Amino acid sequence: MTRVARHVAALALLIALTAGPQALAPATASAAPTPRASLTDIENDVMCTSCREPLEVAQSPQANSERAYIRGLIAQGQTKQQILNNLVSQYGPAVLGKPPANGFNLTVYILPPAILILGAAILFVTLPRWRRRSKASAAHPTPGPTPLDPQEARRLDEDLARFGG
Amino acid sequence: MRRFAIPAVALVVAVALLALLAFGVAHQGTSLSIDASVARGQFPMAPDAHTKLPLLGAPGTTSLANMRGKIVVLNVFASWCQPCVAEAPILEQEQRQLVKNNATVLGVTYLDNSSDSEQFVQQHGVTYPVIRDVSGNFVKSFGTDGVPETFVINRRGRIVALRRYQLAGNWLQQTVSRILTQPA
Repeated sequence: MTRVARHVAALALLIALTAGPQALAPATASAAPTPRASLTDIENDVMCTSCREPLEVAQSPQANSERAYIRGLIAQGQTKQQILNNLVSQYGPAVLGKPPANGFNLTVYILPPAILILGAAILFVTLPRWRRRSKASAAHPTPGPTPLDPQEARRLDEDLARFGG
Repeated sequence: MRRFAIPAVALVVAVALLALLAFGVAHQGTSLSIDASVARGQFPMAPDAHTKLPLLGAPGTTSLANMRGKIVVLNVFASWCQPCVAEAPILEQEQRQLVKNNATVLGVTYLDNSSDSEQFVQQHGVTYPVIRDVSGNFVKSFGTDGVPETFVINRRGRIVALRRYQLAGNWLQQTVSRILTQPA
């Protein structure tokens, strides 16, 4: 395998690892039974819309109102997804902890892996170059310091003796 | 030339990220230019006047544009907000006077669910129309970031007074009676 091919293979592996969990999630989710909704579980995924804090830590009157509303939906037997959809219809998309993947919000999902891949690509290009450069410098060591001529050596000894004495 | 390629790419990415951050921040911030204009006596047009929002507890939609020619006291509220509870009887009392003068209070629920809002309307005997701003885009165009807030809009659709906190009954009465005496 050539060096370029190794780099391409490593980059492809990195992309697969980055995209993997998201790509696999729908298949896993569809195979599992629909979980029963709980307030704690939903609180993790929604925001207190007036205080802009996760609902699980928010203690404002609006947060308490939102919690009471969620409890009512749980009591009706709604699933977590139904409750999330209901909350969006009542409070707007800002109620979701993870913003919907459209418009400007797409940057939240695209930028982190894009920056990771770009950083990895830069490293893949620059690291071999640095290694080649360090190997080349090891093969051709730079000459050491040139020895002082006797006159300069004598002056240096005199100066050191003066300052040291 | 090649030695500058990577720094150039990094620079472009950094500039693009900064531009993205600036764009995001600019679109998140609320505008208080309405307050400044009203304070200077310039009375800006009510924004998003043609945005149709659903009526609470009734089918159909309405917009500020539908009320052009009326004085509108636009009150942004939520059922969980204690100052809004205190305002409700003041607004309802004012509504009884306003309807006689081709004027109305218009409630806008914000950050509230419809069942709690409907309960609030019933409990406080609210008779004026109430619309729901689920996305919050309509009230945000007024620079609203919380509740309660009140905007008095004249017959030409211009904001002539506002309160970004709990209103007092005498302020509302004085403001509205001043506008009522102005020519249409």
